[in-house]
Amino acid sequence: MTSAATKNRVDRRAELVLGALASTVLLLIAGMIVFVMLKAWPSFAHNGLTWFGPGGNVDQELTDIFNSPAEPSHYIYTLHAWPLVYATALITLSAVAIGLVVAVLSAMFIVEFAPTALRRVLEPVVRLLAAVPSVVYGLIGILVIVPFVAKTFISESTKNSVAYVVQLDGTSILVGVLILTVMITPIMIAIVVDALRAVPNSWGEGALALGINRWRALWTIGVRAARPAIVAAAVLATARALGEAIMLSMVTGSVGFTPNPLDGLTFFIEPARPLAATIVDNSEGLSVVPFGQTLYAMAAVLLVASAFLSFSGWYIRRLLRVRGVTSVGTTAPGPA
Amino acid sequence: MSTPATQVPVEPLPLPAERRDDAPAWGIFDRIGVVLAWVAGITLCLIAAAIVIYMLFRGLQYVNLHLIVTHPEVGLDQSKTGGFLDPIIGTVILTVLGTAIALPIGVAIAVWLSEYGRPRGLARAVESGVEIVAGTPSIVLAIFGLLLFSQGIFGFLSFTAEGNAVFGRSFFTAGAMMSLIALPLVVGSTREALHAIPDHVREASYALGKDRASTIRRVLIPGSRSGIATGASLGMGRIAGDTAIVVILLGATLTLQGVGGVPGLSTLKGTGSTLTTYVYNNSPSGEGGAPEKAYAAAFVLLMIVILLNFAVDLIARRRKAQWRA
Repeated sequence: MTSAATKNRVDRRAELVLGALASTVLLLIAGMIVFVMLKAWPSFAHNGLTWFGPGGNVDQELTDIFNSPAEPSHYIYTLHAWPLVYATALITLSAVAIGLVVAVLSAMFIVEFAPTALRRVLEPVVRLLAAVPSVVYGLIGILVIVPFVAKTFISESTKNSVAYVVQLDGTSILVGVLILTVMITPIMIAIVVDALRAVPNSWGEGALALGINRWRALWTIGVRAARPAIVAAAVLATARALGEAIMLSMVTGSVGFTPNPLDGLTFFIEPARPLAATIVDNSEGLSVVPFGQTLYAMAAVLLVASAFLSFSGWYIRRLLRVRGVTSVGTTAPGPA
Repeated sequence: MSTPATQVPVEPLPLPAERRDDAPAWGIFDRIGVVLAWVAGITLCLIAAAIVIYMLFRGLQYVNLHLIVTHPEVGLDQSKTGGFLDPIIGTVILTVLGTAIALPIGVAIAVWLSEYGRPRGLARAVESGVEIVAGTPSIVLAIFGLLLFSQGIFGFLSFTAEGNAVFGRSFFTAGAMMSLIALPLVVGSTREALHAIPDHVREASYALGKDRASTIRRVLIPGSRSGIATGASLGMGRIAGDTAIVVILLGATLTLQGVGGVPGLSTLKGTGSTLTTYVYNNSPSGEGGAPEKAYAAAFVLLMIVILLNFAVDLIARRRKAQWRA
């Protein structure tokens, strides 16, 4: 009896220790939100909602904040970060939208249409593309693709047409979106492929037996059943795109400029700079108090956005789960 | 349905002449869809091939042994700035450190979630917590880490300046934040592996009089070893490839700058750089000097990542046979 009691106590203790360790994750997240928010508060408090609004030259404002006087009462906080927020949203959403279409098509190809030999090649290819470090993508972007864009798409006349607001040198949202799409698509493919494979074979076979073709069967049965996983994939990819700093700071030109859709085709080759890239580019300035607080405010925006994404992804998955494949491993992020 | 299966001469339903009755109809949109799927698949292969071949070409062009074994030096003349030994060491230290922290914590979380998971609410919260960590941009983790480790109580982890200002940048602090990048991957694949262990294995262990804790220690963790290894290798790949945390939390100094006198410990308390920041700083967006060296370092980095990827493949292949017998 005593030995059973001891054993029970050991077991209970193991459970408590493991549970406590697991709960530190929650502590960490709470700590992160509190710390970053506290540090960011002065910047938000000073600007209010105009923080997110347009107005003025954002790079000039950042320089002013960086050079603000040393006495705390004279700190400058004025910032209208619209160009940065706009660039983040524009680049992230375009890359995810393009990537999602490509990812679903490729996943269908891998699961249903690819010949066995090609499938054997494709699976490691997807994993490889997901694993290439962003700085390598950035390097190829700035040394190969940016010069190509500059040579092919930028003539003297296009340059002159926007010369009064911004200089065109090939670093552009076009290159940024292109490379970002290549970076995030493999993540989505891996998840969607897993989900399509998890759909019970009999469902698709039932559809085929009713006489519809393979594409229809996969599209109406497989893809529909995999919707929760597709949402999970999109959420994960959006989070990755939102936080991509290094590659974007290398290829999008690092100018706090708002690309204007009214410029026609020139719009695509105009530079921009998202929030994450702004933080990396200016990380030397973190020790200057008001400037550091401004950068933390940008981090807070990213943090809230990514937490919001996680939640909405979880919620949408819950809504879709009723009719979908439930056992899809959406907790394993990245190419697993 | 329309296949005449019996000999009874029943006239089939009148069908359009061009439609064969043994194949389903392929509408124009279905055909376009299949073509697009092929295009997407082939394009992926082409992009991957282009990246690998291009990097291989540049790598073979610029990498030589001299670059890999010499320390980098500051200089304007590119022939005198040395190689990238220090960044390679930095990458190795940081990867090992980050994985060493992430592995026990990640396995513990996975085991608790799938074997205990009580109270339910807490388990669900931890689950979404791990998801949030996975979704947090590494740049945010980096500057949160800087804020956290600049607090006085963490002074022992990094350089402390005059007047007790804690620098907050060191291999220790960067490694701690890097572990958060690897953590969700370790948790995910460990859970998957635990999930794959059939329940009768657990029941057999209980039947032998083992309690849950020792079942976990002696049966479940050894049984999910390959899943844990997969998670660790995936995490190592992510750590080796991350730049933002290195730029902000490791200082990205060109050489390893030790702090304090104790050998080994001083390096870990000091700053340094990794291959990723070396590439970044040598590219046109950094100081811009030396694309050749950036290419060479990027090639070495890519090789490391591909090797880790290969390891994942091998482990996954071995795992498949495990529970089938």
